[in-house]
Amino acid sequence: MIKSLNMLSAYILPLIISVILLHSLYKKSCAYEDFIEGAKDGFTIAVRIIPYLVAIMVAVSMFRASGAIEILQNLFSPILNYFKIPTETLIICITRSLSGSATLGVLSDIINETGANSYATKLAAVITGSSETTFYVASVYFGSVGIKKFRHSLPAGILADITGLIAAIFICRLFF
Amino acid sequence: MNYIFIFLVLISIICAVITGRVDKLVDEMLQASQRAVTVAIGLIGIMAFWLGIVNIAKGSGLCEIFSNIIRKPLLKIFPDLRDNNDAISNIAMNISANALGLSNAATPFGIKAMEDMQKTNENKSVATNSMCTFLAINTAGFQLVPATVLAILVANGTENPTQIILPTLIVTSIAFISALFYVKLLERIFNKND
Repeated sequence: MIKSLNMLSAYILPLIISVILLHSLYKKSCAYEDFIEGAKDGFTIAVRIIPYLVAIMVAVSMFRASGAIEILQNLFSPILNYFKIPTETLIICITRSLSGSATLGVLSDIINETGANSYATKLAAVITGSSETTFYVASVYFGSVGIKKFRHSLPAGILADITGLIAAIFICRLFF
Repeated sequence: MNYIFIFLVLISIICAVITGRVDKLVDEMLQASQRAVTVAIGLIGIMAFWLGIVNIAKGSGLCEIFSNIIRKPLLKIFPDLRDNNDAISNIAMNISANALGLSNAATPFGIKAMEDMQKTNENKSVATNSMCTFLAINTAGFQLVPATVLAILVANGTENPTQIILPTLIVTSIAFISALFYVKLLERIFNKND
């Protein structure tokens, strides 16, 4: 199963690129010139998002380094115990929307602490797999075009993240 | 974003004082700004490559064909983009690439879509309704198979790691639909000058 999935994802990129190039050949468009023209934007976009990335990554790193997550964990542990949610997974609930690399790190920590087949591991895996790093996505996408007022997009994204977390807890209870 | 930024930084400083980790906090603050630049620079190559490929598809008219197919359902979600074919096709490519777990390919499509939407935006520093909808959908991170997580579970020797696929798919679908619901709901509550 895993093998066929990996095969699928390995072949899908070459397939997409082949289709695009074959279509260009068929239409006799200037593939090389078009490629260069498009690729030029890569640098400007990457540079344009730097200020947005600095802002969000500094804020998130400070939050992680400050011990705020541990304080929250202690604060919430009675509630978590009441709902039989492993306290280890609280960290991943918080980091999920903030930082992708941190989330993968926390997932590995949970696997190390509770074992590869524990309920906490499965719950954390579902949480990690079912969501995106909301703040990073917002910084990159809005940063690339210079949008400074995000309006209702972030509140909607955060509410959806919270809904996803609650759903993950319920669904995992049903499955595992 | 203002409040989130201020809140995150201030809470961190207060907590660091309480837990006595101020030096670690300052350290991390300086390193993180450095890291942000490294991440952005690291994006240049992959971004240039995919933007190049996308431009070939655009030049040959493939984008147009694709957008015509997907136009109808997407216009229900993005009604302002009736006359913005480029944006529609890039949004479609972004969602497809994300669903397949190709986040490297999805980001350039998403950025292209944002640029296309920015062209018809009257106030260039304020997000339009369509931009907000598009962002909310993206933050939900809809994906058919969570490849990265599966790889980590496999590497750590979890029994039947594929058992997380179905629950993850259900949860991510719920998150996706709720993102759409919330963004449309909040769109009515917020107005453009908030």
